Amino acid sequence: MSQQLRVNPIACTGHGVCAELLPERVILDEWGYPVISPEPIPPALRKAARRAVTDCPALALLLSGHQRAW
Amino acid sequence: MNASHVLPRHDRHARPGDPSRLLQAMDLDAHLAAYGPPPYGGRQLIEVVAAAGLTGRGGAGFPAARKLTAVAEAGRRAVVVGNGAESEPASRKDQQLLWTAPHLVLDGLQLAAEAVGTTRAYLYVNAHPGFPEQLGSALAARAAAGLDRARVQLVTAPPRFLAGEESAVVSRINGGPAIPRFKVPPVFRRGVAGAPTLVHNVETLAHLAQIARYGANWFRAAGTSAEPGTMLATCWRADGTVEVVETAIGVPLGELLRLGELPAQAVLVGGYHGTWLTSGRAATLPLANAGLRPAGAAVGAGLLAALPHGRCGVAEAVRVVRYLAAESAGQCGPCFNGLPRIAAGLAELARPRPRPRLRADLERWAGLAERRGACHHPDGSVRFLRSTLAIFGTELTAHARGKCSATSHRPFFPVPAGVPASQADWI
Repeated sequence: MSQQLRVNPIACTGHGVCAELLPERVILDEWGYPVISPEPIPPALRKAARRAVTDCPALALLLSGHQRAW
Repeated sequence: MNASHVLPRHDRHARPGDPSRLLQAMDLDAHLAAYGPPPYGGRQLIEVVAAAGLTGRGGAGFPAARKLTAVAEAGRRAVVVGNGAESEPASRKDQQLLWTAPHLVLDGLQLAAEAVGTTRAYLYVNAHPGFPEQLGSALAARAAAGLDRARVQLVTAPPRFLAGEESAVVSRINGGPAIPRFKVPPVFRRGVAGAPTLVHNVETLAHLAQIARYGANWFRAAGTSAEPGTMLATCWRADGTVEVVETAIGVPLGELLRLGELPAQAVLVGGYHGTWLTSGRAATLPLANAGLRPAGAAVGAGLLAALPHGRCGVAEAVRVVRYLAAESAGQCGPCFNGLPRIAAGLAELARPRPRPRLRADLERWAGLAERRGACHHPDGSVRFLRSTLAIFGTELTAHARGKCSATSHRPFFPVPAGVPASQADWI
């Protein structure tokens, strides 16, 4: 199943850890908040993506099934 | 279709241009004489609503039957909410409907509750003076008459722009502030008290109550085949008057706003999250998404506002965007950083000699705010900003040179005073 990284923008406090751990998919805007690429996470990036999710100090990242229409 | 009740002249009123299905003033006795009790029929109502093609009248226009189905199939006891929090400052239609024909809305709430298999219901409304009391009396009268199967609790909404957003409604009913929440999982899976929750606009419920009685074909006798039925529209005309009308979907905007006799320079479609159109373009377009979409506009909650000549659209937009920024719940970084900058930037653009990079900054902030909030507040605000820049380009150029073409600088569109300062302002 292809996975996609999402941020809960209410929980996010702009630590920026995600952009350091997964620069292939996350950049920070000029206020320090993540801009996440909508592309799915390929197998080669899954480990880094999971680490970004678990290491987010605000627990604001979600790795979800790509097909779910939320 | 329930033939045992005398219909209130629907065949005569269902013609496009002259429909009056919802706005006939009725207390409970008059309502029962005209319509009879709610025609409880259970879940099969969802199929009738689907065949009618009813869409939500709260702004998003989502198919009503799909929401009903999602909640009915959630597999747990659900909650239904009639959403009457009319948070657009210029909108009046939900208020007018609830004052005029509350029992159509309350019938719809009962029928929706039965369709999704629950007896837990809420009516969520603004706290206009006398309004909750009036609706409380209507509920008490129904209880005395033994009409209702679901128990309805009345909850009031704070006067905040976002108080009617679906997840904010749920948060308020759960006892918290009326601020939007992150919608994973969505409200139809986990809403009020953790239950699958159906939130329908009060006008949607009133239509549902009539569809349950008269059927899908009757509903489709007005409107277009793609967008059937009638809708309530709040019309702010260029002479400064405001009127709520019930109209068939597809009627020209120019007719609703009487642009022929009351000329305007521009028309705002869809409220403060909406889109400006030049008056000439608006005159030719119908109140229907099929016609409005190519112009970047949408029917939304049926709010139409004509800006007369002699007023400054730029000044109006500056006030509106400042209001929108202040009404951010302040939860999402892109919104609480972006919207105040956008508001200040537009205000600077309206003054003489704005700095050359300002336009590019505005466009960048708009891009950063858009689609990055938990709710659609940044998206709607950016839509309003972009259409302001597109429609009032000539006026902005004049402003940059220190000129304004307006002859009156009195504010025209309503923008509430008072910004939320603490959590208490969201309760």
